[in-house]
Amino acid sequence: MPAHHPIMSRGFLHDLDYSVVQQCMHCGLCLPTCPTYDATQREAASPRGRIALMRAVADNKLEVTRVFGEEMYFCLGCLACETACPAGVDYAHLFDMARAEVERVGVLARPKRNLIRQVTVRWLFLSRGRLRWLGRAMRLYQKSGLQTLARRSGLMRLLPKRLRELEPLTPAISDRFTPLGYQTARAGEGPQRKVGLVAGCVQDIAFADINRDTVEVLEQNGCGVVIPPLQECCGSLHGHNGEWELARALARKNLDAFGAENLDAVIINAAGCGSHIRHYDRLLADDPGYAERARIWSAKVRDISEYLVEIGFRKPTPSSRPTKTRLAYHEACHLVHGQKISRQPRAILASLPDYEIVELPEATWCCGSAGIYNITQPEMSAQLLERKIRHVVSTGATTLATANPGCALQIITGLRLRGMAVRVAHPVTLLAEAYRAEG
Amino acid sequence: MNAIDPTHISRLVRLLGADRVLTRQEDLITYSFDGTPILNEMPGCIVFPDSVPQISDILKLADHHRMPIVTRGSGTGLSGGAIPVPGCIVLCMVRMDRILRIDPANLTALVEPGVITAKLDEAALPHGLFYPPDPGSMRISTIGGNVANNSGGLRGLKYGVTRDYVMALEVALPNGDILRTGTACVKDVAGYNLKDIFIGSEGTLGVITRVLLRLTPKPRAKKTLLATFASTSAAAETVSAIVAAHIIPCTLEFLDRTTIRCVEEYAKIGLPLDAEALLLMETDGHPAVVEEESAMMSGIAREHGAVEVTIAKSDEEAVRLAAARRTAFSALARVAPTTILEDATVPRSHLAEMINFIQQTAEKFKVRIGTFGHMGDGNLHPTFLTDERNHDEIHRVEQAFTEIFEKAVALEGTITGEHGVGLAKKKFLPMVIGPVGLEVHRRLKQVFDPNGIMNPGKMFDEQEGRDGAERK
Ligand SMILES: Cc1cc2nc3c(=O)[nH]c(=O)nc-3n(C[C@H](O)[C@H](O)[C@H](O)COP(=O)(O)OP(=O)(O)OC[C@H]3O[C@@H](n4cnc5c(N)ncnc54)[C@H](O)[C@@H]3O)c2cc1C
Ligand code: SF4
Ligand code: SF4
Repeated sequence: MPAHHPIMSRGFLHDLDYSVVQQCMHCGLCLPTCPTYDATQREAASPRGRIALMRAVADNKLEVTRVFGEEMYFCLGCLACETACPAGVDYAHLFDMARAEVERVGVLARPKRNLIRQVTVRWLFLSRGRLRWLGRAMRLYQKSGLQTLARRSGLMRLLPKRLRELEPLTPAISDRFTPLGYQTARAGEGPQRKVGLVAGCVQDIAFADINRDTVEVLEQNGCGVVIPPLQECCGSLHGHNGEWELARALARKNLDAFGAENLDAVIINAAGCGSHIRHYDRLLADDPGYAERARIWSAKVRDISEYLVEIGFRKPTPSSRPTKTRLAYHEACHLVHGQKISRQPRAILASLPDYEIVELPEATWCCGSAGIYNITQPEMSAQLLERKIRHVVSTGATTLATANPGCALQIITGLRLRGMAVRVAHPVTLLAEAYRAEG
Repeated sequence: MNAIDPTHISRLVRLLGADRVLTRQEDLITYSFDGTPILNEMPGCIVFPDSVPQISDILKLADHHRMPIVTRGSGTGLSGGAIPVPGCIVLCMVRMDRILRIDPANLTALVEPGVITAKLDEAALPHGLFYPPDPGSMRISTIGGNVANNSGGLRGLKYGVTRDYVMALEVALPNGDILRTGTACVKDVAGYNLKDIFIGSEGTLGVITRVLLRLTPKPRAKKTLLATFASTSAAAETVSAIVAAHIIPCTLEFLDRTTIRCVEEYAKIGLPLDAEALLLMETDGHPAVVEEESAMMSGIAREHGAVEVTIAKSDEEAVRLAAARRTAFSALARVAPTTILEDATVPRSHLAEMINFIQQTAEKFKVRIGTFGHMGDGNLHPTFLTDERNHDEIHRVEQAFTEIFEKAVALEGTITGEHGVGLAKKKFLPMVIGPVGLEVHRRLKQVFDPNGIMNPGKMFDEQEGRDGAERK
């Protein structure tokens, strides 16, 4: 594997522009918004504590220790601290660099952890083909009745405890994946805007319908859509889990696959991916072959709701349905904190004729999904999920909108465990349904 | 590095439980600073008591072995009050965060010191009450820290500061004794007013363990105005004229030209970039009075040369206008890596002179200063935008704030209106309190803390500094 930088010698945190670390003035205003500080009331589990530790590493006052590594992986990466920070600290970047440094030094290396990382981060999520293959296998498992059988027969009890707890989290696999290679057929007047859709990986396998709904809504709003066939996973999983070089490799593949130069916008409907791919410019800033293209790409990336509001999406016509469904909105961390997008999905939801919006308490508080956090930190994740579900229940809503597949999976699991009949849907799906209902 | 004897650590662990005593290097680093720029020091350990008897036991142990104690709330202080003394025990109060009682009949709240300021305000709201002192850090600062620093906020002119709301205190003294001072009575003259000695004592006399606070009925209406001026003196005269007209606004906040530009750059509110000064004014109370007062304030501002006056017509507009002041600190803080927020304060009548002096001083020492502040109570926040790694610039920054403090004192003001002395302003304290004042401070400290374990070296040195620098 090539080194992160040709000139890199000392480590990710050392090589970081020092002003990024220094920008934190340790005012503490981020503390009340940090779920891990809230749970522990310990500074080392707070944003400013973590930044202080990173700075201590950069200053050679602290070695990268196991404890350091654990704190960096106890962090959710929810970026609530960025929203609260008056000084504009770029926590997202610090977080990625700190984890990359933890992996570089290898302080958390353990045979089991290494194997899991090898299989998931370094193998599975590097290829859409492998992901889809796994998706098909899981679909078979779910559809064939094997899953029900396994659950009923007590076969599950044979699995190690950790895996058994995860089994309910396995997503219901979509019947069809996203139609890669799709291109809007040119209709009469021809579309005014040409956009490319990022299919995502979890979105593609578990929520392919959301991708279809996205295409439909974009076409309804005068966009021609392409889904470039050669696109790969966006690399956010790798970037946030210390695999900086793999993240860069995936970014290059996607730049090649899209040719963003010829598009009006690159559309993404998964919040977690969106907040990562917006930063391809920074990820590849020192790559002479890609820096310029990455810059163009980053300037064109739009979350679906952001784009729809930007182009003035068509509001669905009022419906004749007498009663309205109660709808609550959970703000995915990587949309509201990572991309500062909150007004736009709310504008879409407000345009839906059949729904009445009720405010979800703590709507911007992390649900505990946080990428693969629910796998790596099951306890903290479960606490956060519990808190989220409690709030959802308190609203009496029967539909919950959210714009991130990870959040959706997590919350669906939480609702299922409590036997709650709340539908979880992406705002764009609800908009697509409203258009369809117009007849 | 860990200066605390292992046997003392084991004692602490026995007293509190293992998870309430932190000694790992990674933890020590994260408690080596507070909100104060540049300064830091490593503690010996951090402990999290959750009851008064535990605090009493910790203090007895520390007093017996002469181990320094630094009490800490949320560590947002801006003068270094919660920065460790090398090898000290940091007594972190955040786990004692219960609101014990809200008494709507007597308009009081009884709280533990770790309660977050904003949470108290939220808890009072359902009773139609509120807790007025609102430091900019209120979403994370603790009541204990507020009392120990006698913190102010944006509503000082009308509602006063923390001191005006403390009715009674419970304090653990360094020998472990528990002192109760004050009552729930509005009037109480039994004995010395000891509670006032602890308000603003910055953790140097004892540990505040319980606080009885006064609450106030929430005003029914509020009106927000924003005015811009072509000169600082016009803004200052407007403020004086408003007060002379017997209007006491709840907010009278000021932004200077540097701050206005940074705010506009950051928040794009639509502020005029050529304005020299901006005033955000708010009046609250009975709806009819609020209506009348806001009209009068707008008239006074125009008479005194305001270029533009906007009165918010809706809640949303009020929020938009208030954003000019609310984002001031954020807008400045992102301009440079190191932000030093000062709080020189002068009597209202000298505000224009002080603000102009600050601007001249910035030019003289070639440093960047954005000034905003609480115009109603004369409390200014000259904010230095610098880089701690630029030693030459930091030196000039120090020269500049020294001159600013001297000027504030010359104008019968003070070096700190609300952030406290701590470490950051220690060497300037004698400038304000004089040699007799310093001597009384030392003797008072002796009375409560004869072994000098409570936050030693903060505010003043117990012994005269060798270089005699403090006696100016
Ligand atoms: C962004 C920002 C904005 C701010 N705005 C304002 C403002 O508008 N007005 C203002 O006045 N201040 C302001 N401050 C300063 C600071 O927030 C206040 O001084 C606050 O009261 C400190 O509370 P804390 O809980 O963080 O205390 P800490 O910083 O932890 O401690 C402050 C001092 O109190 C002592 N102490 C804490 N708890 C106790 C206790 N239980 N018993 C005895 N001593 C104790 C400590 O030893 C220390 O000396 C601001 C700070 C920041 C970072
Ligand atoms: S990313 Fe989330 S969990 Fe991590 S420090 Fe920031 S607020 Fe806390
Ligand atoms: S809010 Fe920003 S500057 Fe303040 S402590 Fe947190 S990260 Fe640092």
